[in-house]
Amino acid sequence: MFSHDEKPSHIRLTAFQYVILAIFLFLAYGLWRLQVSQNDYYSAAAERNRVREVPILAPRGKILDRYGRTIVDNYPSFTALLMRDSSRNLNADADVIAAGLHMDPREVREKIRHFESLPQYQPIYLKEDITPDEEAFVEAHKSELPELDTIMAYRRLYPRKGFLAHLIGYVGEVSEDMLNQPQFELYNPGDVVGKSGVELQYNQLLMGTNGSRQVVVNSHGKEVGEALDEKPAVPGKPLKLTIDVDLQIAAEEAMEGKNGAIVAMDPHTGEILAMASRPTFDPNDFSVRIGRSDWAKLVNDPDKPLLNKAIQAQLAPGSTFKIIMSVAGWQEGIAQNMHVICNGSANFYGRNSKCWVYFEHRTHGDVDLTKAIYQSCDVFFYTLADRLGIGRIAKYATAFGLGQKTGIDLPEEASGVMPSEEWKLRNFRQRWFPGETISVGIGQGAIAVTPVQLIRAISAISMGGRMVVPHVVNPTNLPSGFVEVGRYTQVKEIPVDPNGWNTITDAMDRVLTPEGTAFSAHIPGVDIAGKTGSAQVVSLALRAKHENDENFAQNGWFVGFTPKRNPDIVVCTLFQGGEHGKLAARIATQVIKAYVDKQQRQPTSVARATTGNGQVEIGALWTASDEEGAADKLGGGRIRVDLSKKPPVLATAAPGLGGVN
Amino acid sequence: MTLRDFDWVLVAFVLIICTLGVIEIRSATLHTKFAGVHVKQIYWIMGGLGCMLLVSVINYQTLLEKVHWMYIAAVTSLMSVLVFGQKYLGARRWVKLPGGNHFQPSEWVKLILILAVAKYFADLQHRELSWSDFIKAGAIVGVPMLMVLAQPDLGTALTYLPIAIVGLFLGGISWKQALAIILLAGLAMPLAWHHLKDYQKQRLVSFMSPDNDPRGAGYHVRQSEIAVGSGGIWGSSSGSQTHLAFLPEPHTDFIFAAFSEEHGFVGALGVLLLYFIVLMRLTQNAQTAPDRAGTFIVMGVVAVLTFHILVNIGMVVGFMPVTGIPLPLMSYGGSSVLFMFLALGMVMNVRMRRFVN
Repeated sequence: MFSHDEKPSHIRLTAFQYVILAIFLFLAYGLWRLQVSQNDYYSAAAERNRVREVPILAPRGKILDRYGRTIVDNYPSFTALLMRDSSRNLNADADVIAAGLHMDPREVREKIRHFESLPQYQPIYLKEDITPDEEAFVEAHKSELPELDTIMAYRRLYPRKGFLAHLIGYVGEVSEDMLNQPQFELYNPGDVVGKSGVELQYNQLLMGTNGSRQVVVNSHGKEVGEALDEKPAVPGKPLKLTIDVDLQIAAEEAMEGKNGAIVAMDPHTGEILAMASRPTFDPNDFSVRIGRSDWAKLVNDPDKPLLNKAIQAQLAPGSTFKIIMSVAGWQEGIAQNMHVICNGSANFYGRNSKCWVYFEHRTHGDVDLTKAIYQSCDVFFYTLADRLGIGRIAKYATAFGLGQKTGIDLPEEASGVMPSEEWKLRNFRQRWFPGETISVGIGQGAIAVTPVQLIRAISAISMGGRMVVPHVVNPTNLPSGFVEVGRYTQVKEIPVDPNGWNTITDAMDRVLTPEGTAFSAHIPGVDIAGKTGSAQVVSLALRAKHENDENFAQNGWFVGFTPKRNPDIVVCTLFQGGEHGKLAARIATQVIKAYVDKQQRQPTSVARATTGNGQVEIGALWTASDEEGAADKLGGGRIRVDLSKKPPVLATAAPGLGGVN
Repeated sequence: MTLRDFDWVLVAFVLIICTLGVIEIRSATLHTKFAGVHVKQIYWIMGGLGCMLLVSVINYQTLLEKVHWMYIAAVTSLMSVLVFGQKYLGARRWVKLPGGNHFQPSEWVKLILILAVAKYFADLQHRELSWSDFIKAGAIVGVPMLMVLAQPDLGTALTYLPIAIVGLFLGGISWKQALAIILLAGLAMPLAWHHLKDYQKQRLVSFMSPDNDPRGAGYHVRQSEIAVGSGGIWGSSSGSQTHLAFLPEPHTDFIFAAFSEEHGFVGALGVLLLYFIVLMRLTQNAQTAPDRAGTFIVMGVVAVLTFHILVNIGMVVGFMPVTGIPLPLMSYGGSSVLFMFLALGMVMNVRMRRFVN
């Protein structure tokens, strides 16, 4: 027993002090061993034995069209750099280097000076994306200018002029925010990933896995000897789209100079054969890093070039909605026997609503469903809408997919709006007024659709009720387990009365005849059925007052297909500011014509070039600009190439035929 | 009790070591993405000084009376790390942050543990430890230790051991009991090995024979030895290993290696001497402590400090496996710096009351 204050044994405390002393002597010995006794060995080791891990870049998977033709590829991009070996006077060589690299000598000197404050192992990056002759210069001067070297990285090569830009998307360095999200856990800072379009949607497939090499470097960072260990890179897998380049070219040329979007789809499967949005942008600008001012220009452009209007533009469909109205009306037993006298306007709920013929000082006279469709009579559909009521209209429209995303395999799809009583209560806490139904009946008012939604709905109707899921990649072309195949191949049959189907499609078939609204778009010898739409941005009366004001110009819509029942192809066009649906129709029928033309010839296929000279026909996307500049245009389908010509210079010319050899 | 009772000599030596640390951190991070962190370290040190003052003001006797509550709080905070901490770690896979960007509970739990052990042994009535005393003491340290182990953080868990050891030793453990522990530890080794994670096993294996795998886990050990060795007697003029990024973690775990490369045997030995003086000074404060508890507190701090220095510098010269334990006062990291100053505050606390009865 002792008092609280009896301190622990003095001996034990002292013992501790000796233990501490022993520990320190032990550590001092450790230091002596390394720094005094074996100093020479370790100094030499410091000079020699350094191991660094150098990444082996994995090339990103190519993107191909449905026939395997290359749309997007990679190209090796070389950067010229200066190694900072202290024995060389870099400034003395600056002039020679500048000349060989086509740079201003002052710029070279400036870079040398700028890098002086950084550690020696950091090389000076002089110029990115150097041309082959600049590469040759570096190679040729290896002994006179040993400090000059190159390093290679793969860059994405996209088609010119923004071809298929929105659907393809672009790549860029993974951002901080992305890295923090769980699905990007395995990516490292500096990795290049897809940022939009299929590049993003299928990034996991396209992006390979970088390998690495463990190399020995000397104290100046230069590799010496052989690689110690090598883990090969796993290249990204190619992605086969459902797009047909020939149709895409026709679509892009048809949309040239206009704003809007165009979609072509196979109504049996939902495969997208062509998709374009205007205005467009050049994804090559994004290939590694886009400049801030260029980015700002794209983002602030009021025509929204970065928007993929095919899936993101949400606009009133105008008269194209009348087709859905027709199905609704027939299924409810109202439309088949309905007759209306169109005097150019009608009164509903205290308002006088006009038919478009009013502004041409005409009337439609006696209208039945068929005439209402091919003449697009507003009064008929006001009446039909009133009799159906918004509830039933919404039921059928929703059944055909309006107001919901289609589920297409592209990011950021918009869902559109299909109004109803519940919708208005939920979003505006107001009751639905029957007067609003009238506008919806002709595809105006609160209703908003995307081109891809509209094409799916009309396609379903043309197929007698077959609702497909639009997609740009056939899931059977993907590695098993990558995506749930059923998600895109599932088909829903919506019951449509066969008589109604016949009547409506027959009526649509007359739209492109002289009695219809889109005769000017007809293609001789091709049976095209469709529906035009002119969606007002402001009221027709106001529009008539401001005839020449562009801001008030209507949007033109057209959905067309051939043949008139169980068609082979459906095309939907949105022509912003196009005023009349028939102008949109002309765009669409050009694509249909390209399709029909193609069907009637032999399908093209990619021919592997042989080692012989002479001409080879291949389905290529780009043509290189030869010396005369003669071939500098988009070409597709049948292209003849003279292989005896030398391959073009990569960095300065358009994407060339370097892949085919 | 005046300001004169403050151990200014101790503070002076501690600040010298801190200053050398800051200088070395700056040098080691000069051209890296960590450039500028030495400024943060200065803030930590100043904050630490403030904390040290605060802690020394409250009479440690008062603290000891409340130690039960503090112990419960400590265990609770460790529990919360186990429950909530995992979720944060799950989604991120960053390189470990030096010393922790926030104060890890396992650090200030150490302080409370020192107090708890001190109180326990101070309250004991026997000169020698009975087996039940022995086991109880083991539990006091063992429970938090196991919780830290479960985080998993083997390195920090091991730093709780010296507190137990010094407590037992000064508390009157007999040779027989000490032998029993050693035997038990020896038997538990295979079991412990089985429970080690792969990377921890790797570290131990490569520690035993670093040349086996100089590119893998043995890399750190080897690079450290090269850095230190190339320092020679007076220091390497280029300091290439540190500055060319061949030495990993030069501003945190391997700061002593960076320092040794730049200042050679002379510089390194100098720093060792400084630490030794600090430890001796601390021990002296233990000897002049007014009561049993005070002695235990100070010696607890000494034990933790010595353990850190032994493990860290031992690792740097290749005598110990890589563990991730920082070098007190020199390694960059808020947790470590704050812990040190709080611990020193406890020591001041005891010292300042040495004439009080």
